[in-house]
Amino acid sequence: MLSTDTDILSAAEAWRGEGRAVALATVIETWGSAPRPVGSHLVIDGGGNFLGSVSGGCVEGAVIVEAAEVIEDGRPRVLEFGVADETAWRAGLSCGGRIRVFVERID
Amino acid sequence: MRADILAGLNAERAARRAAILVTAIPDGGQRLVREADIPGDPLADVLARHLAQGKSGLATLPDGRQAFLTVQVPPVRLVVVGAVHISQGMVPMAASLDLALTVIDPRTAFATPERFPGVDLVAEWPDGALGGRVPALDRYCALAALTHDPKIDDPALAAALRAGCFYIGALGSRKTHAARVERLTQAGFTQAEVGRIRAPIGLAIGAVSPAEIALAVLAEIVAELRRAPRPEGP
Repeated sequence: MLSTDTDILSAAEAWRGEGRAVALATVIETWGSAPRPVGSHLVIDGGGNFLGSVSGGCVEGAVIVEAAEVIEDGRPRVLEFGVADETAWRAGLSCGGRIRVFVERID
Repeated sequence: MRADILAGLNAERAARRAAILVTAIPDGGQRLVREADIPGDPLADVLARHLAQGKSGLATLPDGRQAFLTVQVPPVRLVVVGAVHISQGMVPMAASLDLALTVIDPRTAFATPERFPGVDLVAEWPDGALGGRVPALDRYCALAALTHDPKIDDPALAAALRAGCFYIGALGSRKTHAARVERLTQAGFTQAEVGRIRAPIGLAIGAVSPAEIALAVLAEIVAELRRAPRPEGP
């Protein structure tokens, strides 16, 4: 089962090897009751397919949208989600947690 | 991330070697530092600290910039030689510590599934089992020799010393251990190598029952695992 963070990295390599456009998202910082620990990965391809998680479902949608832009322009970026953030509130991080996610393209 | 860096990271994991991916935040510049290269790295101290804890996280570089360290450490394996009462006590504790336990004992009266239900149990001599039915030992293995029988314990201890296991412990009194040191020295191991064997085994907590000795041994293993920096390889 593709569940661990290391499996996600293998999937990222395999997807890229198949010629798919691939972005990797990594939780780099958490505060409060964040659902996924630092180092958690989410891999996204150009078609919006994804594996893994960075939040247990709360902000994946927003990360996938950003990942499409990262795949497009190749510029890595840091996303921040938290209770102070309207997107995160809508996305469901109402637990009080805050996370920072680094999104990069696999070249 | 460059595809070759990703492939390198995955290759290190497949080979059960630790590695740290250093990513500059926010610009994304990256490099992969293999475990063997950490001592000579400009960030040796911070990398060694993160490696010992086995945790990914942000770090501030000497130039004040931030970097994210993706720490990849192979899962720790615990190989116990001797399907004895102490080993039985280790089973539930090792599971809750996320230590992948294998018990080896060629004495089929000891190595029975009834005594070790659900445990990876190998009723073979250690030298035949290791590298065969049991994957070869490496630095991310702890080995505890508990049979009291030199015919069984010694070959396992020798294999653990050669593999550079991060923890090597052997059951037995100081007198028993003095004789063991003598035998291993005769077999060609240096004083420093033989000195890596923890004996008497386990933290000194005054353990009496088999379960208490199991606890003392596992506590000693955890202490060694979390000690920074890691011991040098073989």
